[in-house]
Amino acid sequence: MGIFILRRIIVALSVALTISIISFMLLHLSGDLAASIAGPEATVEQVEQIRVDYGLDRPIINQYLDWLGGALQFDFGRSYYYQSTVVDLIVDRMPITLTLGGLALAIAVCVSIPLGVVAAIRRDTWVDRLALLFAVVGQAMPSFWFGLTLIVVFAVTLQWLPAAGAGNWQNFVLPAIALGYYATPAMMRLTRTGMLEVLESDYIRTARAKGLRAGSVIFKHALRNAVIPVVALAAVELGFMLGGSVVIESVFSLNGLGQLAWDAISRNDYPVVQAVVLIIAMFYIVLTLLADIANAALDPRIRTR
Amino acid sequence: MTASNVSSAGPSVPSSSATGPNTKPMALGEIPLPAPVWSRLTRRLFGHRGLTIGLCLVALAVLIAIFAPLLAPHDPYFQDIANRMVPPIWHDKGTWEHVLGTDKLGRDYLSRLLYGTRISLTIGLIAALISGVIGTTLGVLAGYFGGRVDAVISYVITTRLAMPVVLVALALASLTGGSLVTVIVLLGLLLWDRFAVVSRSVTQQLRDAEYIYAARTLGCSRAYILVREILPNITGALIVVITLEMAHAILLEATLSFLGMGVQPPLPSWGLMVAEGKAYMFFQPWVIVIPGVALFLLVLAINLLGDGLRDLNAPGGRN
Repeated sequence: MGIFILRRIIVALSVALTISIISFMLLHLSGDLAASIAGPEATVEQVEQIRVDYGLDRPIINQYLDWLGGALQFDFGRSYYYQSTVVDLIVDRMPITLTLGGLALAIAVCVSIPLGVVAAIRRDTWVDRLALLFAVVGQAMPSFWFGLTLIVVFAVTLQWLPAAGAGNWQNFVLPAIALGYYATPAMMRLTRTGMLEVLESDYIRTARAKGLRAGSVIFKHALRNAVIPVVALAAVELGFMLGGSVVIESVFSLNGLGQLAWDAISRNDYPVVQAVVLIIAMFYIVLTLLADIANAALDPRIRTR
Repeated sequence: MTASNVSSAGPSVPSSSATGPNTKPMALGEIPLPAPVWSRLTRRLFGHRGLTIGLCLVALAVLIAIFAPLLAPHDPYFQDIANRMVPPIWHDKGTWEHVLGTDKLGRDYLSRLLYGTRISLTIGLIAALISGVIGTTLGVLAGYFGGRVDAVISYVITTRLAMPVVLVALALASLTGGSLVTVIVLLGLLLWDRFAVVSRSVTQQLRDAEYIYAARTLGCSRAYILVREILPNITGALIVVITLEMAHAILLEATLSFLGMGVQPPLPSWGLMVAEGKAYMFFQPWVIVIPGVALFLLVLAINLLGDGLRDLNAPGGRN
């Protein structure tokens, strides 16, 4: 188990390093940063001046190594736009995105697991079809549009909840629903498939033959095993949701990491863009690492792979 | 092992296994499909409700995209400033002149919606093809050769999965100056992960099949085995992935355009139409409802098609 964890951590670290290289190179090679920062009206001299001022004239390897050296000490440089360091900006905005992601995950788990269990128990009945419809609709719904629709219905027409801002908990309800629905279909389907497999297994037949009550069989014996892969998927989905929160934050005017990244992208504030991409990727890497380890701890067969 | 053995050891899919190393490749058209096979095929295709609905809607979308110039009542770019924000026909003030109303610049909404089908389908199809080529190549190589090749490619896949797609696509689209072509190329370069994962695992299962051994024993080159033996036998799985990734690419394009970094005005991208209507949605919700529903229906149809095809591939049951 120790060796398994160690190997996974080494892979995770090198993936993080690779991503830092890729995100850095992509930003520096896919366009002329100095020209983008200077804007369309700048003269050639001004562009060259900016290139020197921002250190963009040095070899790209040196630029990367400097940046990496800083990043390892949580120093991502200064924002081109705001009068503050990138780290301060990120620390400032992070709680909103984490709250949103956490709430969205909670909603997704609370909806998808019961729904998946019921769909599996009542297989091929109207409940199962309804659950499938719910998943199919969720997969096809553009999240930005779902968010806008929630605003029109619940904030404007019914006036139950606020449409924008991050003042108190009510501000997070609609965005969390919009983001959570995105993760629900996959988790629901996995719960359903897992439950169907487990319910047909020998030990469930034994438990039933022993005369255990149906509730005990389903919750104590079946769900506990069916839910293992769902927990792993939930961790991965949380990583995806943190990356995808840029859309929801923009729709609901939430000032989180995603909004910060979007603003930075439209203002050519590259130190911020790089840092946010790396941090979101790190969250994903850590979450999948934890999911892998949890899975291996619960299911010894995985460790030998 | 003889040549006849090779073709008889082939997989159960007749059209692809008929081309064993020594048999002359036969075009599909040369074999007339016997009537029972045809009726069984249609029954399978239309017996699955989701698949039928998906197939019909996708076919409808393709027809709309092809015949958009004939179907559209107006020029989608023509701005009629005197007739701005005309509501759709079910509204009290709706007119038959503009069945779905007009936008803030007085452009006919129905015409823009019809032309928008072209953008979504083009982006979905080409992006899925680009990512399909990249992902399948990586996946087949990893699955067939295993060992160190597999380790390297798996690492590449892991790295790609850890990259936040929306953020990276936004940043790159903004740097390269979002346009139809850059969006297509970007999505094609980003969305290959599922192709790689699926083709890798399917190839791993095929690697030790008897007909692959046979081909190897007969001295077929690696390239021949990969292209003529492996590839035809993973297409079933790949077609399902193509539909899923098409839907994914269409949604991502709409998202990028909605956030202002994708397809640029005045092109009638559905995501862009929602973004342009956002300021008016409180009093005229139809400006975001119409393009949103179109987007939802197209993605839903493609997903239903993909789910249906997967069920046909694995007749065990829907999961």
